[in-house]
Amino acid sequence: MALTAFFFYLFSFVTIASGVMVITARNPVHAVLWLILAFFNAAGLFVLLGAEFLAMILVVVYVGAVAVLFLFVVMMLDVDFAELRAGFVKNAPLGAFVGALLLIELVLVVGLRFAGGVVQSTGPALAPAAGSAMTNTEAIGAVLYKSPFVFYLELAGLILLVAMIGAIVLTLRHKEGVKRQSISAQNARTPATAIEIAKVPSGGYTIPDKTKEQV
Amino acid sequence: MIGLGHYLTVAAFLFTIGIFGIFLNRKNVIVILMSIELMLLAVNINLVAFSSFRGELSGQIFALFVLTVAAGEAAIGLAIVVVYFRNRGTIAVEDASVMKG
Repeated sequence: MALTAFFFYLFSFVTIASGVMVITARNPVHAVLWLILAFFNAAGLFVLLGAEFLAMILVVVYVGAVAVLFLFVVMMLDVDFAELRAGFVKNAPLGAFVGALLLIELVLVVGLRFAGGVVQSTGPALAPAAGSAMTNTEAIGAVLYKSPFVFYLELAGLILLVAMIGAIVLTLRHKEGVKRQSISAQNARTPATAIEIAKVPSGGYTIPDKTKEQV
Repeated sequence: MIGLGHYLTVAAFLFTIGIFGIFLNRKNVIVILMSIELMLLAVNINLVAFSSFRGELSGQIFALFVLTVAAGEAAIGLAIVVVYFRNRGTIAVEDASVMKG
């Protein structure tokens, strides 16, 4: 138990500290790297909670895809980030006020309601609701593909499809003056349009008019 | 003993950091998107904590869907940022006022 507590405090401290670094880092590349660290430590928290599948999904999807996407965009855009930080100090008091208010409210609600253990808090139930023989991934799979959730699963797939098409449509552009291969035009060629049969007169070599003048 | 309140407090801190980040970097769209990701991560921690301590899986399934939507949102958001940068040469949010909204 002491080890669990130690790892909980380690993961949560690093998560929060790297979250602070994400929003205050001068270099956005560093901000993305701090974000990756925050995701890794949140995955550690998920493992402590017994949600191993979500932890691995967090590492794969967030660190492997989303954070790398952020990194690509940050490095691709040639932006003067120093200029974008102009209102940094000016906006800080308002943000600190709103943030502190929200934090106090949230901690009061959380602390008063749940710290005493209103919800049954006998520690993380590792393989919830479906017998302790199942792993977390098996349990999720057993629930996810059944009646209430499978529709949402289909909907999530549809959302991802729309997001993919949207991102492609938004960023696709055809540059002017670039020669491209048109496979359909290539396949539509017939001998009639591709080959020209010229009738060459026999019996002599004729010099075309233009070269005759040069000679 | 680490209880549910501990996890909820961590999530509350992370959510507040996300909101504070939006206030702090009001011009930089990319950092705003990262702040939104932090807030969604806080929500996910809440969902998974409740799921784990209540002993049922619905919270983890919903965290999965939140993850899906967050990935789609990041992809679309970054695509919009790239297109905006191509057209305007900057990513400052305050310049996006053509429609006078």
